Amino acid sequence: MNQALSRKLAAGTILSSFLLIGSASAQTAGDDLLKMEKNAADVVMPTITYDNQRYSALDQINARNVGKLQVAWTFSTGVLRGHEGAPLVIGDVMYVHAPFPNTVFALDLNHDGRILWKYEPKQDPNVIPVMCCDTVNRGVAYGDGKIFLHQADTTLVALDAKTGKVVWSVKTDDPAKGATGTEAPMVVKDKVYVGVSGGEFGVRGWVAAYSVADGKQVWRAYSEGPDTDLLVDPQKTTSLGKPIGADSSLKTWQGDQWKIGGGDTWGWYSYDPQLNLIYYGSGNPSTWNPKQRPGDNKWSMTIFARNPDTGEAKWVYQMTPHDEWDYDGVNEMILTDQQMGGTMRHLLVHFDRNGFGYTLDRATGELLVAQKYDPAVNWATKVDMDKSSSNYGRPEVVAKYSTEHNGEDTNSQGVCPAALGTKDEQPAAYSPETGLFYVPTNHVCMDYEPFRVSYTAGQPYVGATLSMYPAPGGTNMGNFIAWDARTGKIQWSDPEQFSVWSGALATKGGVVFYGTLEGYLKAVDAKTGKELYKFKTPSGIIGNVMTYEHGGKQYVAVLSGVGGWAGIGLAAGLTDPHAGLGAVGGYAALSNYTSLGGTLTVFALPPS
Amino acid sequence: MQRILRVVAFAVVGFAVSAGMVHAVTDGSGDPVAVKSDDGKWSDKDGNPTFKIEADGTVDWYTYVGFTRYSAECLRCHGPDGMGSTYAPALIDSMKRLSYTDFYAIVAGGKKDVSASQDLVMPAEGENKNVMCFVDAIYAYLRARGDDAMGRGRPQNHAPKPAFYAKDVEQCMG
Ligand code: HEC
Repeated sequence: MNQALSRKLAAGTILSSFLLIGSASAQTAGDDLLKMEKNAADVVMPTITYDNQRYSALDQINARNVGKLQVAWTFSTGVLRGHEGAPLVIGDVMYVHAPFPNTVFALDLNHDGRILWKYEPKQDPNVIPVMCCDTVNRGVAYGDGKIFLHQADTTLVALDAKTGKVVWSVKTDDPAKGATGTEAPMVVKDKVYVGVSGGEFGVRGWVAAYSVADGKQVWRAYSEGPDTDLLVDPQKTTSLGKPIGADSSLKTWQGDQWKIGGGDTWGWYSYDPQLNLIYYGSGNPSTWNPKQRPGDNKWSMTIFARNPDTGEAKWVYQMTPHDEWDYDGVNEMILTDQQMGGTMRHLLVHFDRNGFGYTLDRATGELLVAQKYDPAVNWATKVDMDKSSSNYGRPEVVAKYSTEHNGEDTNSQGVCPAALGTKDEQPAAYSPETGLFYVPTNHVCMDYEPFRVSYTAGQPYVGATLSMYPAPGGTNMGNFIAWDARTGKIQWSDPEQFSVWSGALATKGGVVFYGTLEGYLKAVDAKTGKELYKFKTPSGIIGNVMTYEHGGKQYVAVLSGVGGWAGIGLAAGLTDPHAGLGAVGGYAALSNYTSLGGTLTVFALPPS
Repeated sequence: MQRILRVVAFAVVGFAVSAGMVHAVTDGSGDPVAVKSDDGKWSDKDGNPTFKIEADGTVDWYTYVGFTRYSAECLRCHGPDGMGSTYAPALIDSMKRLSYTDFYAIVAGGKKDVSASQDLVMPAEGENKNVMCFVDAIYAYLRARGDDAMGRGRPQNHAPKPAFYAKDVEQCMG
């Protein structure tokens, strides 16, 4: 027996006795990833790092030289529809994904992106129309030498990262019921986590952990239903510091409605290795007609903190009880450590669709800040921060904008934000250098008329009519803002003609990147928001900007390919029903700026 | 001289047409002019569902219902006001070509164009009561939009709800 081997065996013994104590589960992929995420040259997960800061320590490209950026190479995915998410880079290989049919490419960075392998699943095209808003997919995850993809048809597949061969595959839900896969998985330790889309079809949301080794389901936690389905402990699981008690979800639904209650889980995940907690949010309760589902509809619209090994929820916080506007709570949870009131706090920052930017203590779920991150937000005056109030943590809803209060078949007018939210899935970024968050936002309001609908499995279960238009007082439908989550204040705001539907990237170089729906990749100064560079890519950008280093050189990359909800709502341009006849059709139509087509554009500085 | 006469004759005919009718258009179902009302539900001379819009812009009840149901069931693909999205066609254009029978067949049975370059799937709505109970209303609304008889957005005014409407809907929705 050679020395190295005996050392390994000894380590194994230590590891297994550790396991017997039962404090941590077997190490594999996740522990590697904790090390790998520290190497800024690679991007090993869709959120860039577990804390979801979307911050890169690379600084070759900086505020002084970013103006010289050039296109280094491009790659067409061959798919026309909306391209969300971003590629991964691990060593010499880049992994690029596409919307339905969910093609995945491994590209050789040593040879100008030559294709090493390509995976293209055969999926039933009947899954296409049950995807609520275009056939998007938000990316692949890496772990244990495998690439994980959650396909549109809810097949979770593990591909050999070297060859693209299927190692295992498992069905996570049923598209015949309207369940689809759009979100990017995440790997922690020896498990891969996925959720589900389908809030417009009454699909009951869940997050599940599968073993990276063989695809066996380890746990599954629903957003709604009995405690055993929720994976909660009525005494130990808390909400705003208090135990949630027995049947916390069942009590907030009429009869069996929770079974078709939505609360889907199609956003991003983050992970705190010290606290051993994963974080994510749940989406809208089904249907969009609030009258049809009395109660708080728990735990839709909720931030969850769960133990990644067992799934048990440590704390929950419902942001929009009894949703009346489709303000899904799925947006990313960004984990930061920042000084607040003289002490270092472990924070979770979340920019919700409902227009409030929330800052919580991520260990306890204590609510610290909840402020509007677009001044146009009007459906609620504020979130009640008074701990002694019976409404603590709840929004103070304005009756005029309450579609529940105004009732079925009544058009509630001038509600801000629109259903697409002040921000949707497009993730914000955080720079520890400036202490600021960089948030892509929508600046759009709506009229909302709920009405009665009947439920049929696999059929849409919507029950509302919406008209959307730019927020009053301007024609811009988006802003790219810098936000201080300690105070809940906007630091600067760059107006954009269209909603900003691209994920942001902050870098140590003092530059923040984002894309626009017209197709521009933009670089702005992290301190001031001043535009330093822009380049028009082949199509509108709804993907997330990423950066990596290869051969000692820093690259910035983004997928363009217009689509998603933005491609539906904005293609023909919005109209303002309240502007009077003359103004109708007065807002820019996206179809006049850009057309379909998925392309990866990779930027670099010219050789010096 | 003969040529000039012919041009003049044409002009007169053209004038007569536009002066004689509010909507000098024909669409995929022919002449959209409303001739018959069955408790507020209008049809054209061939019996196809159609719209009835007053001079002040007030739309008939079913066209209004068509707007709300279109927005709830079709907008997520075909975009606001039937104007199309990045991947589904602008139905205001389709209406110029499709007859009521074509329309009904596509909505109930679906339509697919899935190839190496396209993933276009129009779902079959035949089993979807939220669509099929209102398919004529959606047709009337889109017909009005396609014929340019009404503008974008929500109709500002609509005729009152017919007496039997609620009961009809309840019966259809089951
Ligand atoms: C999931 C997306 C989706 C939904 C929802 C949807 N459609 Fe479609 N529809 C499409 C697509 C994509 C096509 C094009 C299909 C093709 O080219 O084969 C289409 C085609 C059509 C056509 C034929 C157009 C033409 O020019 O031939 C009609 C008519 C139509 N849809 C009506 C409707 C109506 C009415 C509704 C609502 C009740 C609706 N659709 C809901 C996606 C959708």
